[in-house]
Amino acid sequence: MQNDAIRLNSATTNLQVIRDFVSASARTAGFADDTVYKIQLAVDEACTNVMKHSYKNDPTQDIGISVSWDGTKLVVEITDSGLPFDPGQYHQPDLGTFIKQKKRGGLGIHLIRSLMDEVRYDRKNDKNLITLIKELKKS
Amino acid sequence: MSNFSIEIREDRNIKILNLSGYLDAHNSNELEDQLKELIDAGFTRIVVNFSNLNYIASAGLGVFMAYIEDVREQSGDIKLCEMTDKVYTVFDLLGFPVLYDITRSELEAIEKFKV
Repeated sequence: MQNDAIRLNSATTNLQVIRDFVSASARTAGFADDTVYKIQLAVDEACTNVMKHSYKNDPTQDIGISVSWDGTKLVVEITDSGLPFDPGQYHQPDLGTFIKQKKRGGLGIHLIRSLMDEVRYDRKNDKNLITLIKELKKS
Repeated sequence: MSNFSIEIREDRNIKILNLSGYLDAHNSNELEDQLKELIDAGFTRIVVNFSNLNYIASAGLGVFMAYIEDVREQSGDIKLCEMTDKVYTVFDLLGFPVLYDITRSELEAIEKFKV
């Protein structure tokens, strides 16, 4: 199993840095271009949610991202020490209703679930841990 | 440093927005401000050209969700065109093709306003 990790501030300027970091690992792990794109989007959406919801847009907090891979899959772990996030509150968004109500948001989690093979959430030692898994053979 | 930019043109009273670069939660407010400015100035026939956009996250799609009713209430629309396959996939996963006009070419998008 190979791995790589970064730790950065919860500022949205870092989303590009996060995407570049995850894409480089996914490419090294052997994923095709289309799947690299999907993985970086899922990680972007997860980190955006951490910045907005766990840290309430405070750009000075800490996000840790670690990526590990072997010949079969890529595992991305995102940790933060912000507010707990309850994935049980997730409902599949109804775009038509959202538009009528001029509402937005809630799309990120739906995208993450559509783009990755497995999505897990744990709360440990006052930290949120989001785990995203993509299998190589399904790419 | 910005890796996202917007260029605005006008064609037969239709405003055309050319998006370039990477659109995410960091810069989606730039698109929002621009769109709001056009709508507030009375422009409700809008075409968004994605041919130079490399990447879009849901924050970008959220902007189109927030303003589409405003323009449709005034008999206008926001039509989307020239997406790369990667960008289109994101719109498709979130169900946009059912509720928005998404066309291959910019010309098709402009023509749709005449129907």
